[in-house]
Amino acid sequence: MTGWLLAAPALAVLAVAFLWPMAGLFRISLNRTTETGAMEAALTTESYAKLLGDSFTAELAWNTLLLAGSSAAVATVLALPVALMVRAASPRWRGLLALLGIAPLLVSATARLVGWMAILGDQGLINAMLMGSGLRDTPLPLINNWTGVRIGLVESLMPYAVLVLIAGLGRLDPRLEEAAATLGAGRARTFLRVTLPLAAPALLAAWLLTLVLGLSSFITPRLMGGGRVFVMATEIYDLALEYVDWPGAAALAMLLLGALVLLMLLRAVTTRGAGRRA
Amino acid sequence: MRPSWWLRLFAALGFVVLLAPGALVALISISAGDFLTFPPPGFSLRWYRALLSNGTLMSALGTSALLAAIVSVLALLLGGPAAYAIARLEFPGRGMLEAMLSAPLLLPTLVLGLGLLLVLQPLGLAATWPGLVLGHCLVAIPFAVRIMTTAFATVPKELEAAAWTLGATPLQAALRITLPNAAPGAVAAAVLTFLVSFDETVISLFLVGPRLTTLPVEMFRYAERTTDPLIAALAMSLIVFAVLMVALVERLLGLTRAMGK
Repeated sequence: MTGWLLAAPALAVLAVAFLWPMAGLFRISLNRTTETGAMEAALTTESYAKLLGDSFTAELAWNTLLLAGSSAAVATVLALPVALMVRAASPRWRGLLALLGIAPLLVSATARLVGWMAILGDQGLINAMLMGSGLRDTPLPLINNWTGVRIGLVESLMPYAVLVLIAGLGRLDPRLEEAAATLGAGRARTFLRVTLPLAAPALLAAWLLTLVLGLSSFITPRLMGGGRVFVMATEIYDLALEYVDWPGAAALAMLLLGALVLLMLLRAVTTRGAGRRA
Repeated sequence: MRPSWWLRLFAALGFVVLLAPGALVALISISAGDFLTFPPPGFSLRWYRALLSNGTLMSALGTSALLAAIVSVLALLLGGPAAYAIARLEFPGRGMLEAMLSAPLLLPTLVLGLGLLLVLQPLGLAATWPGLVLGHCLVAIPFAVRIMTTAFATVPKELEAAAWTLGATPLQAALRITLPNAAPGAVAAAVLTFLVSFDETVISLFLVGPRLTTLPVEMFRYAERTTDPLIAALAMSLIVFAVLMVALVERLLGLTRAMGK
């Protein structure tokens, strides 16, 4: 009992800051937005029906899924060699490499995206190199579009993939790879036939985690998309703060939340499987 | 096995993607030009000077620093006892308590921020200090609990048991033995919780107003409107601050341990 008593203050604050707003969000999603745009207390699923009947919502959902799925996949693939390198490094270097791998987590997202703007912009690093070398006469549009959003999202998701992969690969016995080498397998063969299959559960876990995070990302699509990229998160924000359509924003947020909960359940099932095997 | 050259090459590519934005921010922040142009037409500290004389950003900095200080103290005071219970006590429902205390971290901050706006606005609490503190505590408390649990768990239980044997009550042992030994962890938790609040952008976007706004929000809005090296100078200052804080935590506790698994 002492345990719950000690935790009571923290639980009380979280109840006010978490349960109450989540209940409020659900309640307001059942309200009605009148013709004039005002909110009217009601118990109706009108907002949901309006969203689900609108082809723009389907397009938003598809775009969001495509963006998050592809960025999560690229982030996971890029994170694998980083995690393998951390694992292979001598103890002296391991800590530093791991820290560099997750460093972006500790820097504000906006600050990192400013860096990407300087790399991808029309007068940025990449276009300066392309035009300076005469490969192109006009700047390659790498920003204020889906390309820019995807690149920014890959980088912001990578540290999470690195964390999951370091934890997952740490459980793999390096002697299995040494045995493969002793038995005459080359490096490529050892990687493809031993390391990769053993790392598969960790790769899946990393992809699912970064997918969940990517689906609700807001700052990256907003800043790198330059107002021309629309995903569910940017639409929820616009509905709530630009159009002040609270029931609409709340309903869309509930739909996003539903999708995320499904994915998190899936992740819990798959990562539990990975834990048992290791 | 020694890492192959292929692995080194691909790992280097991964590190370049992770670290390139920071490097470019550093370079552009000392640009003498008017835009985020590469290569910079010259070097100067003019944008750092411009940053210091930007009233909006500087007053937002003051708000953010004070807010983060309040939130980290509150999160430690509220989360510390809960973390002690999770790390040290055996009681029914301990696993459930741990799950409940980390639940807010599972949900997107966008949804949390919207929910807070929807219930706080009708009460006139949006764009107020209590509203912002509550919103930041929502992410800071679970974070503080997680780090403090690790900190308490690293203090050997035997020390407490020895104190009991020598006649200390459980409360005395907790306060006089375990707490001082967990102090470096508590400092690390305070620093990281401060950073969490100081960098929090999305929840704040829903809870700020014209008269009360935070640095990340103003930075986000600035970057939405214009892109000049001023924003790079600000970004660089924040990166240096974060690196210093993290170096401090690394010395005190070891970061990878502090982040927990």
